[in-house]
Amino acid sequence: MSAYSFSTEKVSEHAHFSDALLEKARVAIAKYPEGKQKSAVLEILHDVQNEFGWVSVTAMDRVAELLSIQPIEVYEVASFYTMFNLEPTGKYVLEVCRTGPCQLRGAEELITYLEHKTGAHHGHPSPDGRFTVKPVECLAACGMAPCLQVRLKQLDGDYKYYENLDEPTVDRLIAEEWI
Amino acid sequence: MATQTKILTQHIDVPGIDTLAVYRQHGGYAAVEKALKTMSPDAVVEEVKKSGLRGRGGAGFPTGMKWSFIDRKSGNPRYLVCNADESEPGTFKDRYLMTRSPHSLIEGMIVSSFALEAHLSYIYIRGEMLATMRILEKAIVEAYAAGLLGKNILGSGYDLDLFVAPGGGAYICGEETALIESLEGKRGNPRNKPPFPAVKGLWQNPTVVNNVETIAATPWIINNGGEAYAAIGVGRSTGTKLISACGHINKPGVYEIELGVPVEEFIYSDQYCGGIWKGKKLKAVVAGGSSVPILPAQLITKTAAGENRLMTYESLAEGGFASGTMLGSGGFIVMDEDTCIVRNTHSFARFYHHESCGQCSPCREGTGWMEKVLHRIETGQGRMHDIDLLVDVAKKIEGNTICPLGDAAAWPVASAIRHFRDEFIWHIEHPQEATQPGAVYRGEAAIA
Ligand SMILES: Cc1cc2nc3c(=O)[nH]c(=O)nc-3n(C[C@H](O)[C@H](O)[C@H](O)COP(=O)(O)O)c2cc1C
Ligand code: SF4
Ligand code: FES
Repeated sequence: MSAYSFSTEKVSEHAHFSDALLEKARVAIAKYPEGKQKSAVLEILHDVQNEFGWVSVTAMDRVAELLSIQPIEVYEVASFYTMFNLEPTGKYVLEVCRTGPCQLRGAEELITYLEHKTGAHHGHPSPDGRFTVKPVECLAACGMAPCLQVRLKQLDGDYKYYENLDEPTVDRLIAEEWI
Repeated sequence: MATQTKILTQHIDVPGIDTLAVYRQHGGYAAVEKALKTMSPDAVVEEVKKSGLRGRGGAGFPTGMKWSFIDRKSGNPRYLVCNADESEPGTFKDRYLMTRSPHSLIEGMIVSSFALEAHLSYIYIRGEMLATMRILEKAIVEAYAAGLLGKNILGSGYDLDLFVAPGGGAYICGEETALIESLEGKRGNPRNKPPFPAVKGLWQNPTVVNNVETIAATPWIINNGGEAYAAIGVGRSTGTKLISACGHINKPGVYEIELGVPVEEFIYSDQYCGGIWKGKKLKAVVAGGSSVPILPAQLITKTAAGENRLMTYESLAEGGFASGTMLGSGGFIVMDEDTCIVRNTHSFARFYHHESCGQCSPCREGTGWMEKVLHRIETGQGRMHDIDLLVDVAKKIEGNTICPLGDAAAWPVASAIRHFRDEFIWHIEHPQEATQPGAVYRGEAAIA
């Protein structure tokens, strides 16, 4: 169990969900039987994070409304799962695996290198706002270690895995892909 | 070397196998035709029982038996939930299978849901695999369009709806009752058992939770018969298993093996891991995902009694916790002679502390305590009694918690000390040398 930073600031532009986001929420809710709409909360939180970059209290209140549940039911879920960023992040959140099998093949060195290259230290966004380096646990890519994943606007907000990383590849990604 | 039967990965390299058309050209969905049109649900369960198939998620529980526990009397809706949470460190087989061949899982879900007489099923996939979720969803759309999902599948009268639901980043949601909580839109806090999910699971209705690989094996069993499946493997370890091999080997990757391949062959043969990288020597292996006991080189290829160890549930467990381990999820983590066991154990302890849901105090406090003490030893501030302290904390967690994450956190620490106590002692006695970059203890590993 770990404590994640949680911003309680209201963000007025997160109160309005776009039609595309509302449609995604509708599809998510339709997966569950009548009365079980709460099940859709995780999927909707992913969509919210994709739309706004992070998950604010304002957006969570709106999700609670959509699902007809109490705001606390959304907060407690969002704060339990590590993928949800509850305060603003850099444009690219580099979720780097730090667990044993990746550590055996250089994960810690990769994390140090990424922090050094991007200037994003200790989970804080880099001064230029481009990056957050977020060490995470095993990404189910241990055979392709070291690895990380990033959510890319270019992929409509899907996460992309980068595997078998080394320093030249990271340099190239920073220069050409994560821009 | 005998060629090995491939059940799950036979067509995995075929271009376009992720599409329905190509999947069907290679015999895909024949099991759905056969099961739904010519068999009763009970007959499907019987076939799976005969196959001896055991759960591939880690515990190895017989699948047919698990299915026969599902409550069919209450008249409540029944659900099949596929566990695609794959987060056990060292395990990356389910992601591989689903990403490359999504229809293998979907076909299995249809056959297995039919056996359980479930009309609504879910694939719960870890949030980090949203890209794989899109691949599955695309395949599901294809299956609906072809009449393989939805109402009256292939005119059989059987209805099934299938959806994919994402997690949000939490190892504990791989535990089946935490997974169910998560699927209900809650925090992933495991439930007290009993009641078991087969009686009260998703929304308090009878539910079976099975691993991706387990479910994906069922179409072959229906097509070829349970006896044909049981003829593969050794003893009670029937069929094939996906092993995801990683760490210090020449060829990391996912290998489908017939259960019973000698461990030594698995590590050194070019067909599999291809030996230890950089010409180095083997030091230790964690054979079934980070939760199972670590074994030193001498005990992984041979049992304490000197017999060759095989890749089976029984052979890997030979010797109990004193000198054996478990097949677990098939996450095979190999460490070369330059690996620091203290550092590795600390990394695993940090993982379990991070992933503990916090409900039970032995797990919540104990995992944090172990992480702290291991960090102390690793950074050269260890005290000699820390070693027994770790053993003591591990012992007090084990068996005293709601879910098995507590045990999973205790075993790696307890086994590392059991087999590598000298190395811990060395770290404490030589803090200066032990904290040099790349420092590794070179003495003989102590074997209990
Ligand atoms: C902490 C913990 C994590 C687990 N993670 C997974 C997982 O990621 N995938 C999985 O299939 N089973 C996992 N399991 C095992 C499940 O609880 C369950 O036994 C399994 O999904 C049953 O499917 P099977 O019988 O097909 O193996 C985990 C268990 C525990 C205690
Ligand atoms: S053992 Fe740990 S993870 Fe499992 S329920 Fe208890 S606190 Fe949660
Ligand atoms: S340990 Fe890094 S992906 Fe598994």
